[in-house]
Amino acid sequence: MRSIEYGKIADAVRDMCLESNYDLPDDVRACLNDALTKEESPLGRSILRQCLDNAAIAGNERVPICQDTGLAVFFVRLGADVRIEGGILPDAVNEGVKRGYREGCLRKSTLDDPLFARANTGDNAPAVIHLELVPGDGLEITMAPKGGGAENMSRLKMLPPSAGEQGVIDFVAGTVVEAGGNPCPPTVVGVGIGGTFERVALLAKKALLWPLGRANDDPRYAALEQKILRRINDSGVGPQGLGGSTTSLWVHIEHAPCHLASLPAAVNINCHAHRHAHRAL
Amino acid sequence: MAIKKITTPLNERDARSLRMGDEVLITGPILIGRDAAHKRLAAALEQHGAAPVDLNGQVIYYAGPTPAKPGRVIGSAGPTTSGRMDPYTPQLIRQCGLKGMIGKGPRNQAVKDAMKERGCVYFVATGGAAAMLARAVRKSTPLLYEELGPEAVCRLEVEDFPAVVATDCEGNDLYEEGPKKYKKGNAI
Repeated sequence: MRSIEYGKIADAVRDMCLESNYDLPDDVRACLNDALTKEESPLGRSILRQCLDNAAIAGNERVPICQDTGLAVFFVRLGADVRIEGGILPDAVNEGVKRGYREGCLRKSTLDDPLFARANTGDNAPAVIHLELVPGDGLEITMAPKGGGAENMSRLKMLPPSAGEQGVIDFVAGTVVEAGGNPCPPTVVGVGIGGTFERVALLAKKALLWPLGRANDDPRYAALEQKILRRINDSGVGPQGLGGSTTSLWVHIEHAPCHLASLPAAVNINCHAHRHAHRAL
Repeated sequence: MAIKKITTPLNERDARSLRMGDEVLITGPILIGRDAAHKRLAAALEQHGAAPVDLNGQVIYYAGPTPAKPGRVIGSAGPTTSGRMDPYTPQLIRQCGLKGMIGKGPRNQAVKDAMKERGCVYFVATGGAAAMLARAVRKSTPLLYEELGPEAVCRLEVEDFPAVVATDCEGNDLYEEGPKKYKKGNAI
């Protein structure tokens, strides 16, 4: 049994809040640079240049890439041989979020009630925490702040199995094209296929954690990622939805076993401010 | 194409001189207001027949900035999705004389009809380029609804704020025309 201190987790989370919101990861910058060389629209190229300039300014001046610093979403892989000293894990994460959003001058976008009061909690807690129990004595935390604009364009559909591969392509590409300029293209598209109603949504979100440019391990799904990406980019939606050849930078698929009567599919969209931070404690 | 320099506030003639696709640099006073502020402005208009702030000739920027770091005028301040303001916008154009809006994403037909009728223009700024856009802000003053935090109404002074005319006063819409130009074959 290995002990990890509560305070150490809160500190790591605090740091991740700042890092994820100030520093656009290298893989995203590389993808944007690559898109700049291929984009057909002059306005589209000017928008891509603005995205890259913006990332440089945010990193150098330690200010948020985007004003929507999101709901704080975490994926935690907790080793079965780990004991947390001094408190429980969700409390440590929430404490880190409160400190990070305050000390980092990040925007608080979390409301206490979705329908009636809609009052801001003032500290961006509570975080959304997905916990996975894994073998060993490690603790890995990934933070992926999620803005509202792109999240609002995400969709889930329980397809009939007869819809097959074409049904999945039509649904996923259709969702992204219909979203147009709203999710701040060029976007990154996370796709979940299989599982149940609730699992497929989580698969789509987890798919957004892969490094850009990494193809699915299964060649059939890797080919499907490319088919969907081509279909999306042929639409002409382009950077910010104002026309062009770069609507999405990449498509990632996560799949899981499913019921014999089902073909669940989900699309979770991220904007070009494709933000992550990771810590192994 | 040359970039047009424009100054705010705007009159109807200024608004009608702009064309879809024009790249502009905006200088002058603008207002910041988004979801909750629009709901309150519309309610005030309904109840009292007037908005608590003079919107005549004004340009409203749909944004909710991050808190300013010490020594800075404003935090990161990029546009939010404009479509959420559509239900409130036609009355702000018709009854209050709003002449310009800055945001991201397309507007609905009711907004475009009001824009055509009264001469009002819709600009878009690059969503997610919030650190870069904040550099154009020279001054920020809280004006209304401070208790809404990031959704409060503020008056900004901007200098050379970069934007594109997405929808002009004739109803031409770059969100429709732009993608048509780059669509491949019989793509969706």
